[in-house]
This record gives sequence, C-alpha cells and structure tokens, in this order.
Amino acid sequence: MKLNKLLTGATLALGLATGALADGHEKTKVGFVYVGPVGDGGWTYEHNQGRLAVEEHFGDAVETVFVESVPEGPDAERVMTQMALQGADLIFTTSFGYMDQTINVAGKFPDVKFEHATGYKQADNVSVYSARFYEGRAVQGHIAGHMTESNVIGYIASFPIPEVIRGINAAYLHAKEVNPDVEFKIVWAYTWFDPAKEAEAASVLIEQGADVILQHTDSTAPQAAAQAAGNVVTFGQASDMAEFGPFPRVSSIIDNWSPYYIARTQAVIDGTWESTNTWDGIAPGMVEIGDITDAVPAEVKASAEAMIASMEAGDYHPFTGPINKQDGSAWLADGEVADDGTLAGMNFYVEGLSGDIPQ
Amino acid sequence: MDLSAINPILLLASLMVAATPILLAAIGELVVERAGVLNLGVEGMMITGAVCGFIVAVNTGSPWLGFIGAAIGGALLSVIFGVLTQFLLSNQVATGLALTLFGLGLSALMGQGYIGIKAPSFPDWHIPLLGDIPVIGPIIFQHDPMVYLGLGIVAATWAFLKYSRAGLILRAVGENHEAAHALGYHVMRVRMLAIMFGGACAGLGGAYLSLVRVPQWTEGMTAGAGWIALAIVVFASWRPGRLLLGAYLFGGVTVLQLNLQAAGAAIAVEYLSMAPYLATIAVLVIMRAGRAPGSLGQSFHASR
Repeated sequence: MKLNKLLTGATLALGLATGALADGHEKTKVGFVYVGPVGDGGWTYEHNQGRLAVEEHFGDAVETVFVESVPEGPDAERVMTQMALQGADLIFTTSFGYMDQTINVAGKFPDVKFEHATGYKQADNVSVYSARFYEGRAVQGHIAGHMTESNVIGYIASFPIPEVIRGINAAYLHAKEVNPDVEFKIVWAYTWFDPAKEAEAASVLIEQGADVILQHTDSTAPQAAAQAAGNVVTFGQASDMAEFGPFPRVSSIIDNWSPYYIARTQAVIDGTWESTNTWDGIAPGMVEIGDITDAVPAEVKASAEAMIASMEAGDYHPFTGPINKQDGSAWLADGEVADDGTLAGMNFYVEGLSGDIPQ
Repeated sequence: MDLSAINPILLLASLMVAATPILLAAIGELVVERAGVLNLGVEGMMITGAVCGFIVAVNTGSPWLGFIGAAIGGALLSVIFGVLTQFLLSNQVATGLALTLFGLGLSALMGQGYIGIKAPSFPDWHIPLLGDIPVIGPIIFQHDPMVYLGLGIVAATWAFLKYSRAGLILRAVGENHEAAHALGYHVMRVRMLAIMFGGACAGLGGAYLSLVRVPQWTEGMTAGAGWIALAIVVFASWRPGRLLLGAYLFGGVTVLQLNLQAAGAAIAVEYLSMAPYLATIAVLVIMRAGRAPGSLGQSFHASR
C-alpha cells in the first residue's frame, strides 16, 4: 500500500504547511504506525479507534496522523523517521515487529516521545505498553473447553513470539481445567493479516476435527470459515467481531487502547511524559471481554463471568501453579503465581501441548 | 505426528478451491502475455475486482451479478493500462507496477463503507449423479460453480489459442508484432482485447476471494496472490495446461502444509511455509520447455 503512504505523506506535508500558517500556536502532533489496514476489523482497527478517541477527547489541541499497512522491517524505520521529521511529538508504533526500528529512530530524535506496543525494549524516550491478553485467552479457553464436543480445539497462531505463546498456554490451561480430554491443534500462519491464508488455516483445522477455532491473527476470515462450516465456535480477536455473533462468535477479546492513548497524549501536553512500562489487563479496562452470547450454556457463561470478576478483583492469576513445562519439568509450584519477567519472555509450552514452537 | 488426521478427500477438494483465484488471474495474464504485453498489474486488478464484486453482490444480493461486476471492474482498470501502454506507448513494466499500486489504493477507497459486512452466500453445487460417486464425487463434483468456470476458462483458452484463427492471430501479434502488422492485422486492437480479457479474469479471481473464499471485504485481502499468478504464467512456459498444473500444485502444497502443521508434523514450520513456492518452481522448471512470446513487453507503433 505504497500509494496510501505517498498520499498520506503528501497530505501531511500540505497539512503541516497550511496548519502552521493558519494558527500561530503549535498543536501537539501524535503519530500512529499501523501494521495492517485500519479496516482489518481487528488489531489495527482497535488502535485506530484509540486514535479517534484521542482526536475526540482533545479536539483542536491535538492533531493525529497515521500510516497504515507498514511492513515490519526497514520500511517502518523510514515511516517513523518521516513522521518525526514532520513534527510529531508522540509516536505510537503498534506492532511487535517495530521494536528495533522504534529504538533506532528514537535514538535519532531524542525530543520525540515513542510508545511501542507489545515490545520489551525501553529507552529514555521510548515507553512500552501492552495488554494482558492472556487474561482474555484464559476466559476463551474456559468457554472453549466446555463448548467442544470433538475435544479438538484449533488455534491459528501468528508468529512464535512470547505474546502468542502466552495466549496458547493460557487458553490451553483453562480448557484442560474444565475438559481433561481436550487437544490443541496449532497452525502457525506466519502473518498477522492475510485473510485467504487465515481462511485456509481455519478450514484445515475444521477438516481435522476442530469444532472450536481460536485465532491470533487479525482478520475476520476464520469467523467466516467457521460460519460456513456451521457447527464451529469462534471468538473475536482484538476487536469484538460482533457481526458473527451470536454464533459462531460466542465471545471476544477486545483491546481498548483509548484510555491509555488519551493519558499518554495528556502527559506529553503537560510535559510530564516519562518512559514507562505498562502492562494492563482486564482490571484497568485495557482488555475487555465481549458479550458472551446465548449460544453458550447459562452455567458456562456464569462460571466464565465469575472468572472475569475474580481477575478484575485481582484474586485470580491465569498462570497459577501447579504448572509444569511441556517437558514435564516443574515451572510453578502449587499456588505460585507467574512473575511478569517470565511471562514477558515466555518461550515454552506448558505440559500437555504437543508439537514444538518454531524457532 | 498423526497423519491419519488428514483426510485425503477433503485435502484434494480444498486444493481445487485454494487454487481457483490464482488460476483465474493467471489464465488471464497468460492470454495478455501471449499477445506480447507484460501487465504486472495483476495484483491491482485482482483487488479491484474483489471490491467491485463485493459491492455489487452486497447491493444486489446476487453473487453472480457480483462476479460480473468484478469482471467489468477488472477490465475497466486494465483499460487504463491498455491506453497508457498501447496508445501512449508508456513503459509496460512501470505502468503495470503503477497499476498495482493504484488498484490497491482505489480498492481501499471504494471499500470504505463495506468493511465488516457479510457477502451473500454462494452455495456449492452438488452435481447430481457425478457428485454421488464415492471418493471422486466429493473431490471434484461438489464445489461452487466458479471452480468449474475457472476450469472452463482454462480449457476454452487452450482450445482458442491452439485451434482458432483468432487465437493464431493473437499468437502472431505476440510473437512478432511487426510481421503481424505487415500482414494487415490490427495489433493494437488485438492487444487491447487481450488486456481487457486479462483484467476481467483477474477481477474474477479477486472476487472469488472476497465472495467465496473469505468471504468478506478487507483491505489488501489478495495479499500477493496476483504476483504468484504472474510467476506461475512464466514458470508454466505460457501454456494453459501447465498453468493449470502449476496453480493446482501451488494450491495443493499450500493446503497440505497447513494440514501437516495441524497434524503436528515434525518438520520445521519455516520449511513447510516455503514448500508451496519451492515445489511449484521446482516442478515447473524441471518440466519447462518453450520460451517467452517474441514481442513480450515491447511497445508497438505502426510508424516504426
């Protein structure tokens, strides 16, 4: 989508020139770098909702710009550099694969604040932020374990990074808890967004007997494939995907970035911005669980909601021992709770999952 | 690894479906290249076809009208390419690349109001009698009509190029446009028609994604399928039969690698993901014979 970028660039330059002339005082400019199109209905869509919330909250005091479908890699560095050169004060880079590029560009522009989503490398002017999606995955696993009749749950994974592995482990642990016979079949799609490939992966999993599909890719294609199959349960990923409810989509994980984006923009305006490491979950509202539909039996819905409530209250952590690693070695003792460091770098499956994590 | 989880019948059946968008786009491009024109804008025409087809299908409620709309949309976009390269003699490679970029942007713009909407369903045909044959029935005779239309277009193209007079003229124009011109054939007219056919086929291929395979509209949904189609034309030595083989091979290995992954094969995922590309290139290179049409990619003007 180079053309988009060119056009955005041109509009940017134009906007900057006229904007500066029109009103003497400078607006705070916030840039967003997206990995997919804003219309993906999932991950990027929700980040863009966050951007729109910033615009609405601050009105004329803030100007936002975004570039969509930026590939993870050197091209991202060019896009970020351009944004910084065009006067952005705060730049959100919204995909794991922008991590090194963000650090590089931040080094060149010490006065510009950067916020990198889902990464772990911080600098004086680079904050990192992420959501504890695994809390939502635990709820999905709980419902999935109850809903499956074939005891086969298909999982469309994207890239073998800690974030995705955490999701698989959390979902598996909680599916296993309510259904000891459950089996996970995992397909690595090696993409965040490729509707045709996601549809194919979903059909393959369904053909191999899965009657619940969990996805960590961003498009709604797996939902459509499940709907065509008729008796397969899905969950909305990143966004509510409510158009596929009440069945096959029985619930969803919604990323709500708006409060964070507004707070960080406010911090830049006030001059109080500091490099931070934010990892929020269900309790502060960064992770929301979409409406659990009536396709889920009432008692399952009730137990899922109880689980959400206990996570919200801080009483329950999805990774609470006893948990063994895949090779049978002990990870967490009875009652022990996983520490954030291990979770952030999680690179192993828990006991019971089959197959290897691609290296 | 549990290979018994893979159902060979379902595997072969989904192969035909997975190959159809690439097959449709590639057969169109084959005709264009046999007429001596290199249109690198397949991806752009596919995505435009995908959005046009989706818009028409949603508004009329008929997937068939959607496919017609997709063909028209793809053909209209290709006319831009045709006018630029045939009448204004612009560079075909650069124009084709520009067409892809333009198509991606245009489709994103056109699709603004259509995100998150579902397409009208396009039921599979269960062909009576043939569809009831054990094994072969579910593999070959229980698909949606577009799968058969794609096969029909390939067969018709093969027969057209091999047996018809018009096909001979098209090939003559592609092999040596000056000689064809000297014989009194209208080089530009033939090429414009070929380009429009290519656009229409690419549009159908794109609409197959947005109306059947996915089925909904998302920006950038072709995700490189047009480039695969282009590569398959070259590796198939510009022959319809091999093109069919190449597209099915690519679709087959794509589906197979996902099946192997889901079955827990002990092969690294990276190798599996490479497999469709490697297998298709290897087989078509080993088989390859023949050469590119003589005038491929060259501009023609009667005064020269």
